[in-house]
Amino acid sequence: MQTHQFDTIILGAGGAGLMAALYASRSVSVAVISKLYPTRSHTGAALGGIGAALGNEEEDHWEWHAFDTVKGGDYLTDQDAAEILAREAIDAVIELEHMGLPFDRTKEGKIAQRRFGGHTNNVTGKPVRRACHAADRTGHMILQTLYQQCIKNNVTFFDEFHVVDLIMNGDRPAGAVAVCLRDGSLHLFHAKAIVFATGGWGKCWEVTSNAHSMTGDGAAIAFRNGIPLEDMEFFQFHPTGLYPTGFLITEGVRGEGGVLINGRGERFMERYAPKVKDLASRDVISRAIAIELREGRGIKGKRYLHLDLTPETVRRYKAEAGENADYYTPQYIETKLAETCDQGRTYAGIDPVTEPLPIQPTAHYAMGGIPTNVNAEVIADSTNRVIPGLYAAGECACVSVHGANRLGTNSLVDLIVFGRRAGLRAAEYARGAAFVPMPSDAARRIESELNRIRTANGSTKPYVLRKKMQSAMQDFVGVFRNGKDMQKALDIIRELRREFATNIRIDDRGHTFNTDVLETWELGCLLELAEVTAFSALNRTESRGAHAREDYEKRDDQNWLKHTMVYREGEEGLRVDYKPVVITQYQPKERVY
Amino acid sequence: MKATIRIRRFNPEKDKKPYWATYTLEDCEPTNRVLELLHRIKWEQDGTLTLRRSCAQGICGSDAMRINGRNRLACKVLLQEFGENPKIQVEPILGLPVIKDLVVDMEPFFAHYRAVMPYLVNETPPPVGPDGKPRERLQSVEARERFDDTTKCILCAACTTSCPSFWANGAYVGPAAIVQAHRFIFDDRDQLLKERLDVLADPDGVWRCRTIYNCTPACPRGIEVTRAIGEVKKAIQAGKRDF
Repeated sequence: MQTHQFDTIILGAGGAGLMAALYASRSVSVAVISKLYPTRSHTGAALGGIGAALGNEEEDHWEWHAFDTVKGGDYLTDQDAAEILAREAIDAVIELEHMGLPFDRTKEGKIAQRRFGGHTNNVTGKPVRRACHAADRTGHMILQTLYQQCIKNNVTFFDEFHVVDLIMNGDRPAGAVAVCLRDGSLHLFHAKAIVFATGGWGKCWEVTSNAHSMTGDGAAIAFRNGIPLEDMEFFQFHPTGLYPTGFLITEGVRGEGGVLINGRGERFMERYAPKVKDLASRDVISRAIAIELREGRGIKGKRYLHLDLTPETVRRYKAEAGENADYYTPQYIETKLAETCDQGRTYAGIDPVTEPLPIQPTAHYAMGGIPTNVNAEVIADSTNRVIPGLYAAGECACVSVHGANRLGTNSLVDLIVFGRRAGLRAAEYARGAAFVPMPSDAARRIESELNRIRTANGSTKPYVLRKKMQSAMQDFVGVFRNGKDMQKALDIIRELRREFATNIRIDDRGHTFNTDVLETWELGCLLELAEVTAFSALNRTESRGAHAREDYEKRDDQNWLKHTMVYREGEEGLRVDYKPVVITQYQPKERVY
Repeated sequence: MKATIRIRRFNPEKDKKPYWATYTLEDCEPTNRVLELLHRIKWEQDGTLTLRRSCAQGICGSDAMRINGRNRLACKVLLQEFGENPKIQVEPILGLPVIKDLVVDMEPFFAHYRAVMPYLVNETPPPVGPDGKPRERLQSVEARERFDDTTKCILCAACTTSCPSFWANGAYVGPAAIVQAHRFIFDDRDQLLKERLDVLADPDGVWRCRTIYNCTPACPRGIEVTRAIGEVKKAIQAGKRDF
């Protein structure tokens, strides 16, 4: 077994991982370990923009961004984290521009900004232009730019090395184990500081905007090594997934003036969010869509609604709002929403310039995850005890900056702001720390699990289990939830976990690029996280943000203004604990858009 | 509908040379993507089938392959384009060593990418705002538009591995690396123009392009690759970005 030694290792090469790598590599030796080539990471699928109160288009303040983030999170957001996010977003975006990110420009040559859901002028309550964008491929440009800078700075990459376990010496992290896809060999990475930047787990659901690789590996690995998971009941359903695939259609469409229309031709968001309408926060709009569909107002009675961005419609509504929209031409749409046009034409056979797009809510983003403090240090329990040498940033982490519902654009802000903090803090720690010795049997547990999968000779193919999990999560732990259904989901998932452990069968017994084994191992991660999600959701008897219960319809600050922390107890058991929400200056109040 | 898929298979642990295997799938929809069919084969029939894929929506660039003789992303090709009784042939992209089935060694491709110094260099201190903090470098809408097309590249290698000049000589940097260079050569914020043009003026640089034009239709992002290469050639001749 080959052993590598670096001061800091970074698991995952999306936005958070690359940002951490850039900063850490300035002062210590760093390796980035990723199961994909870095440019394949799912940051690249982010579209509409990155929020920062630059004030390039109109008055804006980082304090407004912080408040919007707290309100968007339905007051579960840790407010110290939201303040850091909003304040540091400004220089983070400027730094991206200096790195070469090709932002769109205003007439004056400044970074162009557009409206996005839940981002408001705090005085008027009206939408504010805060999302800095590069057409509708902002995530792609962030990923490319950060990777370019990593090449410039000679960062070491282990591409297509699939991280499968953490190495612990007692309660001290000592490194990670990874499989080299090319030949199936196991590698030990001995490190002083370890940064999780492994992304989300949207693949727990059937209809999702997420990549196939979004299987929550890092969160599952952490959990298996005794680290709790925070606020797992909060998973965002993005309102505008393309029907039927669930691919993401950017909120930037609505930021540019696009509107949601039901089967009766109504702009129904006027009823649900009179002030900001189609630019309410995502949880609010996804619920509105679910209600419209449930009450039979889908298009032609089907399970989708329309997102209309044609010039006629947008100009009409802009004129009603007293805005000039002469600029909103087919050519403008082709340029500013180029990806959207391509998606509609390729996957729905619809030209969005002339016809509305069919949309449905789609599982999109994990607000919860590996608990960290504002320095991206992983914490072990409700007392915020830091685990020395362990960090997490990006979607896999729960700072918690997104609370119960993330605002659009804030995932990209999170990657840059907290990815940078993770890199800086990890390097600082590594400079002063010694290597924790690796136990002699560091890879034993994972080696035997991978061998078990590779030789599995039961009767159920893994894809069958995956489909069952995805439909249980879709049907019972979706936009609306209730106790009975969630219990059903939990029972199903636990049964699937038993079957996964005892009765799977795979075909590929080889070592070269064995994705049969690794996909199956990923399924184990998804099942683990689906179980914690259903368990946490069943446990929280209130409605807040993305967690909307039909049997507990109101937010309950008296009992539930707190973070959920779930721990694995023994092989099968789960234990729940709570952590207070950090409140600085925004007292919880009712949320109206 | 029923679909027939012929796949070029190779497992280095078992096979002396690649071979064709044929699979049939029932209950296909016209809107199924080729990637979905490959997944169904892998999941339902033969788990040893090996391919790269991630986002499945045309943005990550993992699943470039040769589909009925053309380089495409498997996740962007819908069954409906092959008619009522679809027959599809899938093989790895050409010009890079095959590791297993549809998976090729991407390292030579990324080495060419790195060779063009694909990153912005600007040593001039950035502007400072009224609050004393750094601000963005200004760039006009027109200057930004100049290199818009080539910022769309996702490094999927569909262009480079469709290029006969690259097949004939793997030392040629290839269309994708030139597209990446174009993105910086025509960005007026960049200060590495001369060095980059020198790299591309190398015998294995841009002049190996014989304007065969395979690359442009191969690009799943609609980038006008041949045109970008032409502009880089002109910039080399002129020794500057404005010619």
